[in-house]
Amino acid sequence: MTETNSNHDFLEEIITATPGAETLITCLQCGTCGGSCPSGSDMDNTPRQIFAMINAGMRDDVLRSNTPWYCVSCYYCMTRCPREIPITDIMYTLKNMAVRAKLYADSDAPDFSKTFISFVENYGRSFEVGLASRYHLTHKPLKKFDMVPFALNMLMKNRLSLRPERIKNIGQLQAILNEAKTLEGV
Amino acid sequence: MRYGYYPGCSLSSTARAYDMSTKAIASPLGIEFEEVEDWNCCGATEYFSLNKTAAYALVGRNLALAASQDNLEQLTVPCSACYLNLKKTDYYMGKYPKLANLTNEALAAGGLSYKAGSLTIRHLIDVVVNDVGYDAIAEKVVRPLKGLRLAPYYGCFIVRPEISEEPLDDPEYPTHLDRLLTTLGAVAVDFPLKAQCCGGHMTQISAETGYELIRRLLHNASQHEADAIVTICPMCQLNLDAYQSHVNRHFKTNYSMPVLYFTQMIGLALGIEPKELGIGQEFVSAAGMVNKIGTEPEIPEPVKPRREKDDKSLPMPRKRVEG
Repeated sequence: MTETNSNHDFLEEIITATPGAETLITCLQCGTCGGSCPSGSDMDNTPRQIFAMINAGMRDDVLRSNTPWYCVSCYYCMTRCPREIPITDIMYTLKNMAVRAKLYADSDAPDFSKTFISFVENYGRSFEVGLASRYHLTHKPLKKFDMVPFALNMLMKNRLSLRPERIKNIGQLQAILNEAKTLEGV
Repeated sequence: MRYGYYPGCSLSSTARAYDMSTKAIASPLGIEFEEVEDWNCCGATEYFSLNKTAAYALVGRNLALAASQDNLEQLTVPCSACYLNLKKTDYYMGKYPKLANLTNEALAAGGLSYKAGSLTIRHLIDVVVNDVGYDAIAEKVVRPLKGLRLAPYYGCFIVRPEISEEPLDDPEYPTHLDRLLTTLGAVAVDFPLKAQCCGGHMTQISAETGYELIRRLLHNASQHEADAIVTICPMCQLNLDAYQSHVNRHFKTNYSMPVLYFTQMIGLALGIEPKELGIGQEFVSAAGMVNKIGTEPEIPEPVKPRREKDDKSLPMPRKRVEG
């Protein structure tokens, strides 16, 4: 067996992008991760399957899967994994890669993240009103009509700010973030 | 005791009540906060989903600013998501030199740098139960929460992932909040799902997934006859409280479970007035529960509409109250 094909490139890429992920090759396929996952029933593939697919080099199938986007970051799998694979961190890496490869068809989750961070990059703080109105206008707007009474209720309870707060040294933050993006090559 | 304070974005919007109650109990408990100058958002889970290097740098700026401020050594964080991001970045920068170098290279573009381990990142509840301590809190209780059955809800990030030499508590069945509530005079009910996930941002991107996770928690707390759920995280509070009516509509359930912050419960026990603790900002009114412990003045309970909105039965005359 001299298998030195491109199958391992995907695995290597994930390991490089995720500190501690070299343990991925030791996955036992025990399924503790999927069994511990609160949102596992909504996933295309359980985390266990994803790891088998990664080890088999099935790059496109993995990046098309909804699995990382349905990860709720509860870290149960990571706490319980007998091989101490940083599973949640790997899910974040897969999301990074899926967005860049433009393979994940449903845009809801990626766009929510993008909208969220656009406010952070421009103001240094998150901004719920802007996030909700921009995101809900572009994603299934008809289904989101019940967001209006919800938002009004939030306002009446004094739980929303109508204007975003901007940090003083936004220039410094933007310089840092731009440099980080250059370093990562995006 | 003097601590750096990183409030996070939620505390000036959706979780204003958490901010108010934290500030209200700080001085009675002898805690002094110094807010990190010009802090920025921690990126929540969103930045890590898109761009990891930038996400670590975003958190890194906060660490760098806090570490350079007046020799701060301990940074207190009330929001569990911010807590994890700050703690994890500090921990990973110490464990993985490559990540530390990359983050510092980015920070250098803004004239900053951070050395892992310069700060100890601590969740607010850690400071309250371990630095102030249960005994000192018990001594200050003037209005015991007698007769209240409370479900202690920890959520995820306070106990998982385990990235500390000395973990705060068990990753699956923590008990420190239970003990705190007992110290305040309440009954901490058994709450098997106490460290399960509230769904985070799922209410926004896949509502049905999110609602199911919220339903499980409300169901579990109701099963154990809790008067309220007590939380330590703004995201958990928002999901369980503000989306409770959505969950009820979706599953045709009828939960009416107030969700309060542990700081509000401490404040009540210390005799602070409910209004000063932001009680009243919750969607599911806590008035009935708060009135149980005899606060003065009583907060008015909301008037129930004559007919529930989705009541499909025929309108009938209301029963006259006897006497």
